Amino acid sequence: MANQPIAKAKAADPAQPDNTMSIIAPALGWLIPGAGHMIQKRWIRGVLLFTSIGTLFVLGLMMQGHIYKANGGDILDILGFVGDLGAGGMYIVTLAMNWGQGTIAFAIADYGTKFMIVAGLLNFIAVADAYHIAIGKKP
Amino acid sequence: MTIQLTHFSAAFVFALFASIVFGITHRETTREMVRYGLYCFAMFLGGLLIAGWAMWLVRR
Repeated sequence: MANQPIAKAKAADPAQPDNTMSIIAPALGWLIPGAGHMIQKRWIRGVLLFTSIGTLFVLGLMMQGHIYKANGGDILDILGFVGDLGAGGMYIVTLAMNWGQGTIAFAIADYGTKFMIVAGLLNFIAVADAYHIAIGKKP
Repeated sequence: MTIQLTHFSAAFVFALFASIVFGITHRETTREMVRYGLYCFAMFLGGLLIAGWAMWLVRR
């Protein structure tokens, strides 16, 4: 009896069981912002996500923002790393090219650092959205 | 290559792109996405202006 509402909620949930796309789309979307939507033929959404997240990240770099590496130190540094990591491929390329390694010496560089962290966090949201489309929870 | 943005232009660019992503990811239909994106953008910039004037008043 106690499980009845849960059973009803499950029956009403239109989401499909996990399929291949529900793994590929989020993974690709993390690596290239918006690609998780594009692979599911949501072209306009994908292009807008790519442009928005990509521009924020690149502007952050151009503002001489700092990119965080994996670390076990200060909690804010760890959170900065988690945010940056969300940018996926752009984060990997930035690390590989050794960009964004300067110290935050002025206000604009601090804004740039936040731009890159927020770009990564927005990409996490975009990845979750791509997953919801893949399982049929969102049109 | 570096770029220098003012505080306002940085906040404007941030609000614009964050609102686009919020609009796309938080709503289901195209119309709702546009409306929610515009709402977020207005809230970002409105909050910025209100906070700016509040700080100006506090400083006096």
